[in-house]
Amino acid sequence: MNTQTAATTDYRVCNTTGLSVFYKAEFFTKANAVLAVIFLLIGAVAAILLALTRWSNVMLLDDIWYYRMLTLHGVNMLVFWIIFLEMGILYFASTTLLNTKLFSKKLAHISLGLMAVGAVVTNYIILAGQADVLLTSYPPLEAHPLFYLGIILFAVGALIVCYNFFATLYIAKKNKTYEGSMPLVTFGAATAAIIAVVALIHGAIALVPTFLWSMGWTEMMDPGIYRLFWWGLGHHSQQVNVAAMVAVWYFIATMSTGAKPLNEAVCRGAFILYILFINLAAAHHLLVDPGLSSEWKIWNTSYAMYLAVLASMIHGYTVPASMEVAMRRKGFNKGIFGWFAKLPWKDPGFSAVALSAIIFGFIGGITGVTLGTEQINIMAHNTLRIPGHFHATVVGGTTLAFMGLCYYLVPLIFQKDFYLKGLARIQPWLFGGGIVIMSLGMSFAGTYGVPRRTYDSDFSGATLETGFDPVAHIMLGVLGIGGVIAFLGLLLFIVLVVAAVFFGPSLKGKKMPTWQSPQEQKMTDDLISKGYEEEGKDYHVKTPGTVVLVIVFLLSFAIYYFANWAALADLWHIR
Amino acid sequence: MEEEKIHPIQKFMDNIWLLLILGLAIPFLSYSIWGLIELLMVETGTLP
Repeated sequence: MNTQTAATTDYRVCNTTGLSVFYKAEFFTKANAVLAVIFLLIGAVAAILLALTRWSNVMLLDDIWYYRMLTLHGVNMLVFWIIFLEMGILYFASTTLLNTKLFSKKLAHISLGLMAVGAVVTNYIILAGQADVLLTSYPPLEAHPLFYLGIILFAVGALIVCYNFFATLYIAKKNKTYEGSMPLVTFGAATAAIIAVVALIHGAIALVPTFLWSMGWTEMMDPGIYRLFWWGLGHHSQQVNVAAMVAVWYFIATMSTGAKPLNEAVCRGAFILYILFINLAAAHHLLVDPGLSSEWKIWNTSYAMYLAVLASMIHGYTVPASMEVAMRRKGFNKGIFGWFAKLPWKDPGFSAVALSAIIFGFIGGITGVTLGTEQINIMAHNTLRIPGHFHATVVGGTTLAFMGLCYYLVPLIFQKDFYLKGLARIQPWLFGGGIVIMSLGMSFAGTYGVPRRTYDSDFSGATLETGFDPVAHIMLGVLGIGGVIAFLGLLLFIVLVVAAVFFGPSLKGKKMPTWQSPQEQKMTDDLISKGYEEEGKDYHVKTPGTVVLVIVFLLSFAIYYFANWAALADLWHIR
Repeated sequence: MEEEKIHPIQKFMDNIWLLLILGLAIPFLSYSIWGLIELLMVETGTLP
């Protein structure tokens, strides 16, 4: 217990985990989580309107509102929802997991205020029709100054949270509130925070001059330089998601199955590869920009970036392998996949995270590395294949993992129980299934050349006849159907969380209700409470099931990668 | 009690401040500064 830095009135002991939950940090975790869900809902309403517009037989919105909703959707989903929740994770990971108080409550209040005001201002100005410039807001497109100011305020607030986080880490280390290396989940959160600092500095370099230009005080920033630095914000912030998502994978794997990292050093090494190399991936967005050399493009998107891809593949092995070890230690040893069938699929926190890892790896990861190859990218750039990729990473991966986290956050931090548990069990499948369908619809439509960010795919009324193969329109319909299913899954998530947080039965002084059978929960608790070393250091369990999954993944990767090279070869017939 | 020896790589992995510095330096050098130099070297186009 933390006796060196905190009085007993500063914290409560969690009845489920036995960890100290510090009241000040708990408040900011809760506040950030509530704000995250509010902006998730706004982004989701925009999302369903967009899906029903890109579905070419429906075309719900007119062109003006399409671009307005696209701006609203991008800003709320890629910035506000995800970063608010990540800030909540930083407060939790730096205090509860390190058994220490928050560095500064005052700074936490200031940052929360800045972020909330920034998000509200940005949403207001978009809905007022003064900022139809999309999330990227490339000059010479010009929005109302409040659009840039809102995002800048939000970013400054997030930067202050990162400072508070690092200062809390410093205090914990100084006061020796933990022994040895910091816990892996906190290390993952620290990785996310480091990447966030890089992202936010790039954002300031791009958006502050653009704000001054929108006020009429300076000349317009060079569009090429703006794009370079804006993507230092836009793509780096998605790498914050990746690091935070992987930290959530480890956390939920432990909580739901009793898994422990197979090898702490290897897992930390993979996070370090993220810190050092993952940010270079932003160059993917500039692969067709004429001002940058092939050397710069290939170094940043291939050679150096593959070290970060290696990191993802390490996590992609260690997370399921650690679960396989845990399940086999519980006695589920039948065949190669007996342990897999016995995983706690009835726990929505677990199923959300499992689906997140599968969707992120098999769809998002494979397409990302392939499309990020300079030569292949020329076939896919600015087509719907790109949103098909990132909806699998950011939504199917990160958002689904964060939803899974919320199934633990609500009982452990808000101390409230869920209603309608049967619906909660199907929610991750509904949302994840919808995202997979939508992502595949986007990807296949994109292979026919259907452009992204375009209201009218067929360019109706153009002088020259345009349009796409009828199959492309079927795929746009698939996109729309997937979008509707995902939207229903998301609405269900919000209803479940809001009902639990505001009206749910109190769990104060009680243990978190289990989603598993009492026997399974007891086995999980036993694994969490005792270390492997208690059973002897020579304790080893093989992971044949995970090895088979890895081989299937690598084969899928190879087939997709070489199929794209074959498609590229078809473009230029050399006789 | 004799203090446990910590491997240098473990020390490196535990040094969050060094990781913060490297995490800032590598992307800034490889992506931002190199990219900025290339863009600044692009000559202004002229009309024919």
